[in-house]
Amino acid sequence: MTAATAPAPRPAARQQPVPWTGLAWVTWRQHRAGLTGTAVVLGGLSLYLLVTGLLVRGSADSVSSQTPKVISALVLLLPVLIGSFTGAPLLARELETGTFRYAWTQGCGRRRWAIAKLALLAGALTVTAGAFSAIFSWYIQPFIADGQLPALKPLVFGLHGVAFAAWTLAAFSIAAFAGTLIRRTVPALAASLAAVAGLELATTLLLRQHYLTPLTTHGGVPGMPPSLLSGGSWVLSSWTTGPGGRLVSQDIINQAEGRFRYSPNPAAFSAWLTQHHFTQWWTYQPQSRFWPFQLIEGGWLLALSITMIAVTVWLVRHAQ
Amino acid sequence: MTIIDCARLGKRYGRSWALRDCSLAIPGGQFVALVGPNGAGKTTLLQIAVGLITPTEGTVTVLGCEAAGSPGALDRIAFVAQDAPLYQNLPVGDMLRVAAHMNQRWDPQLARTRLAELAIPQRQKVASLSGGQQAQLALTIALARRPELLVLDEPLAMLDPLARHDFMAAVLAAVAEDGLSVIMSSHVLAELERAADYLILVSKGRIQVAGEVDDLLSHHRLLTGPTAQTDKQAERMSVVHARRGGSQSHLLVRAPAADPGPAGWESRPVGLEELVLAYLREPGVAALPGPTADGPSRATIGPSKGVRA
Repeated sequence: MTAATAPAPRPAARQQPVPWTGLAWVTWRQHRAGLTGTAVVLGGLSLYLLVTGLLVRGSADSVSSQTPKVISALVLLLPVLIGSFTGAPLLARELETGTFRYAWTQGCGRRRWAIAKLALLAGALTVTAGAFSAIFSWYIQPFIADGQLPALKPLVFGLHGVAFAAWTLAAFSIAAFAGTLIRRTVPALAASLAAVAGLELATTLLLRQHYLTPLTTHGGVPGMPPSLLSGGSWVLSSWTTGPGGRLVSQDIINQAEGRFRYSPNPAAFSAWLTQHHFTQWWTYQPQSRFWPFQLIEGGWLLALSITMIAVTVWLVRHAQ
Repeated sequence: MTIIDCARLGKRYGRSWALRDCSLAIPGGQFVALVGPNGAGKTTLLQIAVGLITPTEGTVTVLGCEAAGSPGALDRIAFVAQDAPLYQNLPVGDMLRVAAHMNQRWDPQLARTRLAELAIPQRQKVASLSGGQQAQLALTIALARRPELLVLDEPLAMLDPLARHDFMAAVLAAVAEDGLSVIMSSHVLAELERAADYLILVSKGRIQVAGEVDDLLSHHRLLTGPTAQTDKQAERMSVVHARRGGSQSHLLVRAPAADPGPAGWESRPVGLEELVLAYLREPGVAALPGPTADGPSRATIGPSKGVRA
C-alpha cells in the first residue's frame, strides 16, 4: 500500500467546521467600504433630520410641508439604492472576476461562506435602515400630526415604521439573487434596480390598498364627511348614487348645479340633491390601520427576502 | 491512498462533452502531471476533483474516500485555479488573513516565512504584484492550508521563465518537506519533465495516457532506420507514432528497454517530452493501465477503494 508516502496522519474525528466569527471577519473586511459609505450617508442625513426636526418643534409658526415632501421623495429612493448597490456585486463580482474559484475551494465550503455573507450583510443593512427610519419617523411626526402628510399615503408610508428597513432588505436580497443568476455586476445592478423599483411602484399603486378591505362611508353631495377629512385617512375611491340608488356620473350633478346657479336660495341645490336621494360614497383606509398595514407589508417583504436569500444559497451550491 | 479515483466520469456542457468516459486511480505521494492540448478537458477534470463542478455522469472520490467537494475534501485539498484568482483590492496581509479565517487548518508561520522569502511586502495591494508574485502568493495561501493534496491548474501559463522556475522550485520544495501529493496541469512540458512522477495525458475529453513516468519511459523506445523499411517494421511492432523523412524515419514504439530493436535500426530511450508529443500527434492511440492496454495494471498502482469505509 501507499501508507509510507501518505501525508501526515489525520485525527480520526471529523474536522470542525470553520467558525462563523471567522467568516464574519471576512465579510466585514470585503464589504467594509460599502457598509461605511452607507453608514456615512445615512448618518449625515440623520443629523440633518435631527437639526431640522428640533427647529420645527421650536418654532411657533405652522410648518410648511414643501421641504419634508422633497426630502421624503429623496429618502424613498434610499432602500432600493442601498440594497441594490450592496447586493448586486456581492456574488456577481466573485463570479465575474473568477475569485469564486478561490472562495469555493477553501475549507469553509461555499454554502457556509454564502450564508455568512448574505445573512450578515442582510442583518447589518436592516438594522442600519431601521435606525435611520426611526429618526425619520420622529422628524416627520409634526407634519403628520397637523394632517399635511397622511401617514398611509405613498410618500410617507414607506419611510416609517418597519417598511423602510423591509424594503432595504428586500432590495438587497433581490440584488444578490440577480447577481448570482446573471453573474455580472453591472447588468445585475440594473436588473435589480428595475425589479425593485417596479415592485415598489406596483405595491404602492395596486397592492397596498388591498391589504385590508377598505371601509365605505357615505354622505350628502357635495363635500366630504368630517370623519374622513380630519383623520388623515387614505381615500381610495368615491362615487355618487342618484334616485333609486343608481350610479350617476359627475356630469349629471354638474348639470343640476348649473340649473341652480342663479337661484336666490344658496341652499336650494343641496336641498334638491337631498330630496332626490343623491348620495356620495367613499372607500378609504383609516389612519388607525397604519400599523396593521406596516406589519403586513413588512411581513411579506421579509418572506420574500428570506426566499430570495435561500434561492441564492441554493444557486451558489449548485453553480457550475 | 489514491488522490483521485474516478470511474466513467463525464461532463457535458450543452451538447458537447468536455470530458467523457474517464476512469483513473491516481496514487498518492507523487507529483502528477496533467498534460494535453487546449480544451482537452484538463481544467474540467481538476475542477471536478476540487468540487467546483459536478460531473454529468460517473463517480469520483478524492483522498481515499471523500466525495469531491465535501467538507472533508475541501479541508484537505488546496486548489490554485488558472490565473491564480485572489482579491485584487486587498493588501497582501489582509488577503492572508481572509484565507486564515476561511480555513480550519492554517499555518500562519509558514505563510509569513514564505512571504518574507519572496520579499513581498504585506502592505502592498495584490493588484500591484507581478504575475509571478501573484502566483507565488496563491501558492503560499495554498501551502499554508497544510493540504494533503495540492491541485494546480496551469500555474505557469502567465509566468516568465524565471518565475516559472521559481514557482516549480517552491512546489517541489513543499513536496520534499511535507510529502504532499501534487497534481498540476500545464502545457509547459519542459518544466514538468523534471518534476513528474506520474503522467496523465488528456485529449479531446478522454484520458489517452496514464501511468508512472518511469514505467512509461521504460516501455517505449525511439527507433531510427531507413524509410524504405518503415512499413515492414511498423507491421511487426506497436507503433505510437511514425515520422517519415527522405531516407531516415523515426518510430516511437512500445517496447521494453531490454529490446535491442530490429537489425539495421538504431534504438534509444525516449524522453517524456518526446513521448507526450508522439501521443499528442496520435489522438487515436491510448496507453492506459488496466486490461485494455499494456503497461502497469490498475491493481499495481494501489487501489484503496473502501479502505476507510
